[in-house]
Amino acid sequence: MSGIYFATLAVLMLASFLIVRSRASALINPVAGGRVTVHSLPIYHGLLAATLVIVPMMIIYGVGTTLLARYAESSALAGLPVATTSDALATGAALREIQNYALGATQATPSEALAKAAEIYKSIFVAGNWAILGLGTVLALIGAGYAFFRVSPSFRARNMFEKFILVLLMLSATVAILTTLGILFSVAYETLRFFFDPALKGRPTVADFLFGTEWNPQAAMRADQGDVRTAFGFLPLLTGTLLITVIAITVAGPLGLFSAIYLSEYASTRVRAFAKPILEILAGIPTVVLGFFAALTVAPFIRGWGESVGLDIASESALAAGLVMGMMIIPFISSLSDDVINAVPQSLRDGSMALGSTKSETIRKVVLPAALPGIVSAFMLAISRAIGETMIVVMAAGLAANLTINPLAAVTTVTVQIKTILVGDQEFDSAKTLAAFALGFVLFFITLLLNMIALRIVNKYREQYD
Amino acid sequence: MTDISTYAPMTMARKVDVSSSAAKARIRARYRSEALFKSYGIAALVVTGAFLVMLLTNILMNGLPSFWQHSLKLDVPLTASDIDPTGKGDLKEIAAGDFAAVARKALEAQFPGVDGRSELKTLSRLISVGAGDELRQTVLANPKLIGQTVQSRLLLEANSDLYLKGNGGGISARTARGIATPTGTTGTIKILTSANDFSDDFQKSKSLLAARAAVLSTEAARLERANTPDSLVKAKAARDEAAVFKARYAQPAQVEKLDDRMPSTLVEINGGLVKVEQILDTEIEGRVLIPLRSTDDAKAGDWKIVTYVTPESNRKTTDLEIAFLERLKAGGKVENHFNTLFFTAGDSRDPELAGVRGAIVGTVLTLLVTLGLCLPIGVMAAVYLEQFAPKNRLTGLIEVNINNLAAVPSIVFGLLGLAVFLNYFNLPRSAPLVGGLVLALLVLPTIIIASRAALKAVPPSIKEAALGVGASHQQAVFHHVLPLAMPGIMTGTIIGMAHALGETAPLLMIGMVAFIVDVPKGLVDAATVLPVQIYLWSDLPEPAFKAKTAGAIVVLLGVLFLMNGLAIWLRKKFERRW
Repeated sequence: MSGIYFATLAVLMLASFLIVRSRASALINPVAGGRVTVHSLPIYHGLLAATLVIVPMMIIYGVGTTLLARYAESSALAGLPVATTSDALATGAALREIQNYALGATQATPSEALAKAAEIYKSIFVAGNWAILGLGTVLALIGAGYAFFRVSPSFRARNMFEKFILVLLMLSATVAILTTLGILFSVAYETLRFFFDPALKGRPTVADFLFGTEWNPQAAMRADQGDVRTAFGFLPLLTGTLLITVIAITVAGPLGLFSAIYLSEYASTRVRAFAKPILEILAGIPTVVLGFFAALTVAPFIRGWGESVGLDIASESALAAGLVMGMMIIPFISSLSDDVINAVPQSLRDGSMALGSTKSETIRKVVLPAALPGIVSAFMLAISRAIGETMIVVMAAGLAANLTINPLAAVTTVTVQIKTILVGDQEFDSAKTLAAFALGFVLFFITLLLNMIALRIVNKYREQYD
Repeated sequence: MTDISTYAPMTMARKVDVSSSAAKARIRARYRSEALFKSYGIAALVVTGAFLVMLLTNILMNGLPSFWQHSLKLDVPLTASDIDPTGKGDLKEIAAGDFAAVARKALEAQFPGVDGRSELKTLSRLISVGAGDELRQTVLANPKLIGQTVQSRLLLEANSDLYLKGNGGGISARTARGIATPTGTTGTIKILTSANDFSDDFQKSKSLLAARAAVLSTEAARLERANTPDSLVKAKAARDEAAVFKARYAQPAQVEKLDDRMPSTLVEINGGLVKVEQILDTEIEGRVLIPLRSTDDAKAGDWKIVTYVTPESNRKTTDLEIAFLERLKAGGKVENHFNTLFFTAGDSRDPELAGVRGAIVGTVLTLLVTLGLCLPIGVMAAVYLEQFAPKNRLTGLIEVNINNLAAVPSIVFGLLGLAVFLNYFNLPRSAPLVGGLVLALLVLPTIIIASRAALKAVPPSIKEAALGVGASHQQAVFHHVLPLAMPGIMTGTIIGMAHALGETAPLLMIGMVAFIVDVPKGLVDAATVLPVQIYLWSDLPEPAFKAKTAGAIVVLLGVLFLMNGLAIWLRKKFERRW
């Protein structure tokens, strides 16, 4: 049905464009008795006509199909016995059966009531789809007719078309805001349900969540599983995340910063041409690849090394994940720091050199202090990147929520837990699933905060030298 | 200033000490710290570069072998009773024929003497469960072949393949000096030799016992230090075992038993192969793996002692499997060929049959959705913000928003997809459509930022000239500014798409992690993408899948490098300085 609809749309659009454009061309064609001075070029008349076809038809389709589906479902279910529509699960199952039967996708013979419901469902759909097609076509013809009959030398077709384009551009720009709102609402809504939905079994209080020291979302499903207690204490996840982040920054901070200093202050053009791509390639490597490397090569290596010096290192140690994550954020720190160091005015360096200081003294005592705000914000952005990174920790860090700051032990992180809870089938009414959204909310909140502070610092101090 | 003048009168020039040895030492120290500082920078770059090189070589070394695959090249008799039992030549029946049995029989024909149940089972495990697939294709293409014998390629099972790729450890063989007499041709037999041919292996097994005893003693000492009731029990057991080994080691002439924690020693004699179980200087007792032709004496130089260096417990292939494979290899029946299946097959539970085609098609579909959405929206948003937007609070908000969105963790976009697209809009799980939507939102900020930079780089004079000759604002932008910014926008888009290509976490959230055998055909079919396939494979315990994972990574990195190369090429080709 959608196929017919969009085929109609395409035909109408093309036809109205061509017809209206040729009518407008006749205006400026002296042979056909036209005048030369027109406000809008013929193509704008045509484009306006096409627009007046597309817009109503798209709106009708979007609104129409949604309403139709709702109406068909409720009408079909209304005919069913009460028992099959008593709860959401049974309703969903019945609906799927109706749909399958209506589409002819099932061989099973349905019950009489179900067959009747499917009939109703099907007939509403058929009728509704024709109605949508008819309405869309009528509106499109009205639009095209308007453009057709308004063709005249003084008609401002271009202005109308450009106004439409401007609205389109504006809508595109608001997609970014819609995305943020979508994230905020979807995550925040589930989080609120997690804490305050009275129908939810086993929900924790906000204090339990923020200050609890035990994380165990795998609720004891059966009574005989005994003393496995559901707990939603966020602290072990926070310490695990921070531990890995600290390791990562300890690795990436000096390496990234010194690379940036060397590249911007010392390196010749040739060295830069060679070294920059190294960092760019590293930045372009997908994290799943780094995770594979961490789990398969780095972690066993660290474990083996630990054994040889008599240390007991977990095979999913925070150290392995942190080290590789550090490697991931080196290019990040380095390129951001490179930018801020380059933004320090040359006059400051010249002044320092003129007083007789060596290059390293200039860098340490003049350039770095001047670039410090930018470097701090680079580190903050890197930290936010490390906190939000998923694949490396999913593959190389563990699942056990240990409250420890020992880098040789296995820890888990916020992102690992979100992934673990949400992969596979999930029900939206269990505390476990909603816990993942609460974690997502915390993650979003922390990274957003870090980013905003970092961006503010950069903007504030950038003005100082301009 | 006044402070300074009282401290050091202007009339007296301050004496600067530049020539004394103390001053020279100070300067040397400053230069030293200068060199040190510079070397830190170099070291940082070298460490980063070394990591990258290590990563890439590691991936390549693990991944490249998976592009090759070993198969057996055997003469296969296409017996009608297995393939076409009714004899009607119906293609449907032939397609359902037991080609695996045909393949198995062809393999068994290579080892005429082998007839033990478990030996035959081991033999059939050497080839893949899909070994008959190529035969099936051949026969379906030409049903007249039934009843004839064709030469065909039989896919080897993943562990056999890994062994042939050298993952099973080395083999050493040496010709014996004495005259050997076997006592039988099958079962457990003894072989006596006139020289002390076995003394090396005998001595080695003794010394291995000593080494094992030493390890056990250290372990026991460690356990005793730990000093918990549990560990003390374990320590005692270790000490006892060590004592047994030491006692055995102390009697150099006593028969020694070989176990699966020692290198396997085998005797190749009279066309058969015997696995040594008990050893002395001049005599062994062992189990026949491949039957001997006869019990005739073998002259010096006619029989060999073979050692599989890696102990059996440390490898995936048993001695028997290795014996079969080595025999097949020696007979020239093993062929190493390019693994086309890796690129033409979907996912599978059998590593040798698993391929990346499903994931690649899924990736292409997903990225098409992403590109179709985020290129127009991203460019339009950038054009609006850069060229048309009034400077007001809303515009400011949008700009801050875009910058922040660019730094939101990708997994949060997965949560958005799960809650909004799947749960609210009821879009299908695991579908490239939803994956593409989520990735489009994810890379939109990147594309907007890159497009804005490209638009900004076009000098205003271009636009002003267009406006000057009477173009409308939109005409000036769409006819003149945008085309000039297009190379920059394209570069940004390719980089954004490369980013989307490597993204895994958000796709895990919307269910693109299912085990999917079929290659997806449309935007709403269940599918997976390359990075997720990598994640899925890396999670599997079989060592053969580790190689597959690395192979898939090589494919992914190859595509990424191509995309980034294209972006760089575009930038170089169309770069314009105004």
